[in-house]
Amino acid sequence: MAATAGHNNLNAKLVLLGDMGAGKSSLVLRFVKGQFLEFQESTIGAAFFSQTLAVNDATVKFEIWDTAGQERYHSLAPMYYRGAAAAIIVYDITNADSFTRAKKWVQELQKQGNPNMVVALAGNKADLEDKRKVTAEEARVYAEENGLFFMETSAKTAANVNDVFYEIAKRLPRAQPAQKPAGMVLVDRPAEGSRAASCCS
Amino acid sequence: MDEEYDVIVLGTGLKECILSGLLSVDGLKVLHMDRNDYYGGESTSLNLIQLWKRFRGDDKPPPHLGSSRDYNVDMIPKFMMANGTLVRVLIHTDVTKYLYFKAVDGSFVFNKGKVHKVPANDMEALKSPLMGIFEKRRARKFFIYVQDYDESDPKTHEGLDLTRVTTRELIAKYGLDDNTVDFIGHAIALHRDDRYLNEPALDTVKRMKLYSESLARFQGGSPYIYPLYGLGELPQGFARLSAVYGGTYMLNKPECKVEFDEEGKVVGVTSEGETAKCKKVVCDPSYLPNKVRKVGRVARAIAIMSHPIPNTNDSHSAQVILPQKQLGRKSDMYLFCCSYSHNVAPKGKFIAFVSAEAETDNPQSELKPGIDLLGPVDEIFYDIYDRYEPVNEPTLDNCFISTSYDATTHFESTVLDVLNMYTLITGKVLDLSVDLSAASAAEE
Ligand SMILES: Cc1cc2nc3c(=O)[nH]c(=O)nc-3n(C[C@H](O)[C@H](O)[C@H](O)COP(=O)(O)OP(=O)(O)OC[C@H]3O[C@@H](n4cnc5c(N)ncnc54)[C@H](O)[C@@H]3O)c2cc1C
Ligand SMILES: Nc1nc2c(ncn2[C@@H]2O[C@H](COP(=O)(O)OP(=O)(O)OP(=O)(O)O)[C@@H](O)[C@H]2O)c(=O)[nH]1
Ligand SMILES: [Mg+2]
Repeated sequence: MAATAGHNNLNAKLVLLGDMGAGKSSLVLRFVKGQFLEFQESTIGAAFFSQTLAVNDATVKFEIWDTAGQERYHSLAPMYYRGAAAAIIVYDITNADSFTRAKKWVQELQKQGNPNMVVALAGNKADLEDKRKVTAEEARVYAEENGLFFMETSAKTAANVNDVFYEIAKRLPRAQPAQKPAGMVLVDRPAEGSRAASCCS
Repeated sequence: MDEEYDVIVLGTGLKECILSGLLSVDGLKVLHMDRNDYYGGESTSLNLIQLWKRFRGDDKPPPHLGSSRDYNVDMIPKFMMANGTLVRVLIHTDVTKYLYFKAVDGSFVFNKGKVHKVPANDMEALKSPLMGIFEKRRARKFFIYVQDYDESDPKTHEGLDLTRVTTRELIAKYGLDDNTVDFIGHAIALHRDDRYLNEPALDTVKRMKLYSESLARFQGGSPYIYPLYGLGELPQGFARLSAVYGGTYMLNKPECKVEFDEEGKVVGVTSEGETAKCKKVVCDPSYLPNKVRKVGRVARAIAIMSHPIPNTNDSHSAQVILPQKQLGRKSDMYLFCCSYSHNVAPKGKFIAFVSAEAETDNPQSELKPGIDLLGPVDEIFYDIYDRYEPVNEPTLDNCFISTSYDATTHFESTVLDVLNMYTLITGKVLDLSVDLSAASAAEE
C-alpha cells in the first residue's frame, strides 16, 4: 500500500514526527493551505490532510498524517507508521532537546517503518537565526550518516517548505511492485470513492 | 497528570477505544491509559515474537515460519458483518479512513460430519447438497418469504405476526426438517444456542436478512469483512479518533489504581505516584477486579498452518460454524481462518482459530472436533481465559466496566455492550442510522 501507482498517479501516505512544538502542524498548514498561525494550537482536531503535487511525469497525492498528540507520552500507535511511504522528522533549530528527540524518532522509524520509506529531516524555525541552538552542519552530518535527506525550513516564511515535499515526491519509488494486496476503504457513499480528502471536524 | 478529566478510560481494548473516541467527539475531556506498552489489551494482535513470549515462555519462534513482523495474530479473532453494527459505528465516526478491509472468502457450516458452504438465499438453497430435493424446495420458499418480509409492509407478512409467532412455529409452517433448521438458525441467523426456537420469529427473520444483505454487499463469498493487518488495527483507529478530538494517551502506565471517596464514588486514578482526577472511569474488567464476577470461560486454539482449512474451497479467509447439536454441545463452536491475503501472516501461511465457550473442566479437549477439521498444523497454541461481567451499580460509583469478549466469531455482542455503556455514561442514545443502502466500498 505504501505508494500505490496508477497511470502516473501516486498515492503516498506521509507521516510527521517530532517533538511537541517543533512545527509539524505548521509545516503541513503552510504546505496544504499556504498559511501560518503565530499561535498554532497544539494539535487536536484536524490531523489528516491531503495535497496533490505534480512532479515531472507524475502527480503525487500525499495523504498527510499529523500525530494528533499521541506521541506526547510515547503512545503513538503502530498503525500510524503502517504503510507510510514517507516521513518528515521535524525539530526546532532553537531547541537542542528537540534535535535529540528527532534522533530517537529516526531510530523508532528504523524499527517500525517500512524499509523503503523516504525519510526527511527538517530543521524548522530557520527564521529564528539569532536563537539557533542546532547548527545546520551538525544536522547535515547526522542526516548523511543515517540516509535521510535534510533541509532547514521555516513554516513562518515558507522557506523550503514546498521543497521538502517536492523532494520527497521525487524520491518516492515509482513503479512500486504490487507488494501487498490492496484492500478497500469503506465509505458512506456509492463507489468511485475518492478517500475523504479533508478531515473530521 | 494533575489535571481533572471528565472521563479516564483504562485499557485500550476495542470496547474502551470505541468509547474513548465517542466521548472525545462529544467534547468530553478524556485521559486514556493502559498498563501495557501496546494498544489493544485483550483484543490486540501479536507478532510472532510476542506470540512466543505469551505462550511459550522465552522460546524463540522457529525461522521457517518467516519474519515475526509479518504476523498479526488476533487474540480475540472476530469477523465483521458487512452491514453490521460495527461497520455502522466505523462509518458514523469516519474511522474507516484509517483502515483497509477485504471481504472474507467463505462462510461454512459443519453438518453431519462434513463442512458445507452456507446457502444464504433461495438460489443457493436449490444448489446446496445440505438438503434433499423436496427439502430444497421447501427451504427455497422459506428464503423467499424472509427476503420479501418487510416489517413495515403487512402485505409481506402473509398473515403472521412475527412478534408473537415463535421461530419454531414459523419454520413448521414451511415444513423444514431439523437439519435445515440447524444450519439456518446457527449459520445464517447466527444464534449460539437453541433458545431462539421458542422466541418470537421476528429476531431470526431480521438476522437472516442481515446475513443476506451483508452477503450481497461486496459480492464476496461471505457476509463478512476483515481489516488488513488484523483486528488490532481497530482499537488503534478509534484511539486515533479520540486523540484527534483531544483525548490524551498514555501507554505503559503501571498500576492504574482507581481511587474512591468515602461514599464509594470514583475520584481519580493513580499511576506512578501521581493521581489524575476524574468524574467517571471507563475500563475493562481487569482494572476493577472487585467489581466484576466470572461468568464463563472461553477456550481457544490458535494454529499456524501452511494450507487453508480443508474442504473450504481453498478459501484464504473463512468461517466455519459448528452448531451445538452437531457436536452434542450446549453452545456452538467456531472456526476462523485468515492468512497472508489479509496481511496477517507471511506469504503461504494461514492462521486458524477454534473457539468455544468452555462447558467442562477440560476445555482444551472440547476443541478437538474443531481442531480435527484443520488438518496438519505447523504450530498450535491453547488459550483459556475467564469471562467477566460487571456487578457494580454505575449510578453509585461512576465506574463503567465492559464485559469480557465472548467466544463468538463476530462483533455484534461487542458493539451492543459499547452502545449500552455509551448510553449509561452520557444518557444519550447513539444514532447509527447511517445510510448503509447507499454505502459501498471503494477499491483502492
Ligand atoms: C460471524 C457472525 C457475525 C454476525 N454479525 C452480525 C451482525 O453484523 N449484525 C447482527 O445483528 N448480528 C450478527 N450476528 C448475529 C449476532 O451476533 C447475534 O446477535 C449473536 O449471535 C447473538 O449473541 P449476542 O452476544 O449478541 O447476544 P445475545 O445474548 O444472544 O443477544 C442479546 C439480544 O440482543 C439481540 N441482538 C443481538 N444483536 C443484535 C443487533 N445487531 N441488533 C439488534 N438486536 C440484536 C439479540 O437478538 C438478543 O435478543 C453475527 C453472528 C456471527 C456468528
Ligand atoms: N518562528 C517560527 N515559529 C514557528 C515555525 N513553525 C512553527 N512555529 C510556531 O511554533 C509553535 C508550535 O508549532 P506547531 O506547528 O503547533 O508544532 P507541532 O509540532 O505541531 O506541535 P504539537 O502539535 O504540539 O506536537 C506555534 O506557535 C507556531 O506558530 C517557524 O518556522 N518559525
Ligand atoms: Mg501539531
